[in-house]
Amino acid sequence: MYIGVDLGSRTVKMAVWDGEQLVDHQIAASGFEPHRQAEKMIAAWRAKRVVATGYGRHLAAEHFADAVITEIKAHALGIFNHFPGCTTIVDVGGQDSKVISLDAAGRVMNFQMNDKCAAGTGRFLEIMAASLAYSLDEFGAAALGASREVQINSMCTVFAESEVISMKNRGIPRDHIARAVHGSVADRLAAMLARLGHGETIAFSGGVARNPCMIELLGQRLPGVRVLVPEQPDIIGALGAALHGAGR
Amino acid sequence: MTTTPFEIKAYPEMWAELDMDVPRFDKARLMLGEAYQKTYLSQVNRPAGMAYFDSMIAELHGGRVKELLAAKAEGRPVIGTFCVYIPEEIVLAAGGICVGLCGGSQGSVPDAEKILPRNICPMVKSAFGFKVGRICPYFQAVDFVYGETTCDAKKKCWEILDTLVPTYVMEIPQLKRQRDIDLWLAEVKDFKTKVEEVAGRAISEEDLAAAIKVMNSKRKALQRLNGLRHHNPTPISGKDGLLIEQIAFYDEPVRFTEKVNALCDELEERIKAGVAIPSKNATRVMLAGTPMALPNWKIHNLVEGAGAVIVNEESCIGTRYFKDLIDESATGMEGMLVALTDRYKEIDCSCFTPNDERITQVVKEFRDSKAQGIINYSLQFCHTYNIEEIRIRKACEQEGIPYLFIESDYSAEDLGQLQTRIEAFLEQIGE
Repeated sequence: MYIGVDLGSRTVKMAVWDGEQLVDHQIAASGFEPHRQAEKMIAAWRAKRVVATGYGRHLAAEHFADAVITEIKAHALGIFNHFPGCTTIVDVGGQDSKVISLDAAGRVMNFQMNDKCAAGTGRFLEIMAASLAYSLDEFGAAALGASREVQINSMCTVFAESEVISMKNRGIPRDHIARAVHGSVADRLAAMLARLGHGETIAFSGGVARNPCMIELLGQRLPGVRVLVPEQPDIIGALGAALHGAGR
Repeated sequence: MTTTPFEIKAYPEMWAELDMDVPRFDKARLMLGEAYQKTYLSQVNRPAGMAYFDSMIAELHGGRVKELLAAKAEGRPVIGTFCVYIPEEIVLAAGGICVGLCGGSQGSVPDAEKILPRNICPMVKSAFGFKVGRICPYFQAVDFVYGETTCDAKKKCWEILDTLVPTYVMEIPQLKRQRDIDLWLAEVKDFKTKVEEVAGRAISEEDLAAAIKVMNSKRKALQRLNGLRHHNPTPISGKDGLLIEQIAFYDEPVRFTEKVNALCDELEERIKAGVAIPSKNATRVMLAGTPMALPNWKIHNLVEGAGAVIVNEESCIGTRYFKDLIDESATGMEGMLVALTDRYKEIDCSCFTPNDERITQVVKEFRDSKAQGIINYSLQFCHTYNIEEIRIRKACEQEGIPYLFIESDYSAEDLGQLQTRIEAFLEQIGE
């Protein structure tokens, strides 16, 4: 078995590949010691090779992993396995958003990542959801159902939160603001895609790809582009790490 | 590797005489010593010639400052600067000393942010903070600060800095037409008058000719070092290369030239013996962009920590400082000042428009250095380098050069993200 672990800023993901297919996967909160969490998750398996990715990859290598690859490469491998031929990936995780461009063989040609602030990341959506008193699931659903989209101008999480608060206090309906927050993230991703260049299909990975409103708004901003979402978008990085262990 | 812990030597009495915040500065000294040990002295297989440069760091806050104070006691001018456009030859010709001021550390940024806006260049904030906090002995020792008009943040800060330390501003034009060069020459002459005033003596033709030779020799030594770094495999780490380029801004030029040349002799031997730093197969990376002032080793640390090696810095603290020489065949005061101005106008700072020369220069240095990829580094809020990035990126795309752009400041908060980006870039080059 080849095991990939993705030690992300919010969650640890684990994927088990038997050489042919994905046979197990798990997701758990990172906690204070993400490498311990990861060790627990892989304990049930006899691994031929464990490859770590994500923010905690080097920590994992100190403790148990046989090799490390970056999230960029891991997502490239994971998406290539799902959608061979798709040359553009958008990955929005807890702390980063990235756009990756691949060649036809799935090799990384170029990539872009958000700057050091949290704007345009999963964390940004979480903070905004909390400030509107939504759970994450409610947040995406409410935004999807909103009849109008207002505009959030601020790119900075701190300022955007103030902007949301001032919107609340002007009496703008909560679902309209929720849609505006999603819209601002979609604008940011579309700008990153425009800078890097993209193909006619785009694969969306990372936890934020489970949010239906993000998929819809990103699609709206990219006319003529098909946005593909894998069944388990959160574990693409872990899957890519496992595939790397298997020699991909 | 040394067994005794590295320490930057303390000179509390001298610091007190310089009206420094001694307790605070002493703490910063210990922190810098630790960082140096970790970043530099932990490297394996360093050239023996680096011992001199280690000693320059150990004496960063003492030995060199003493030399400046001794010069001042003799009536020689000591001039602080932040820019490679300062005509150093004029300072040297008047018997003076030119010294790059502190501006590369996060530690002084909070001091600056009490006064300056937060969203400006970290180098400008850091430098200003060093003066406000009285934690840079060089700042305390200078007769005046040489300011220029190469960026808006600096330009407007000179007005405020001038209330703390005399600040002289020389206009550097932003275009390179003949009338701009004429203005430049007039500004060079004004600067000469100013330096002569402070020195209390006139600069003779012989003085200037000798100073031009000194600076040309220094630049040739740095060119030689850069050429040796371009050898594949490279005989010296990028961190050490950068350190020498940083020390170039405060060391005594004749001694520095000797030490760089001695190191180059050693590097030639290492090349013959096949020494490879860190290993034969290390990915070779070239840096382009904004200066990395001492002790800003952030990007080098990340790149070399990931097993790659930096083989060239296309930067003010790098090739922009030493790639051009002054024509020594010029004669007469006017002729020499014209030749000097001609040399300085070759520096391709992004404050100029258009600045096509720099785009060509980046690609040329990439080829010369046999690098496999370019990391373009811009300090946060440095508008001109940040926007010129677009043209550098396009040129790299056209030439098929793997390329990564990083915008960052001196803080540690983006280290994790930068590490990921740099490692991914190295993976990309390796595929």
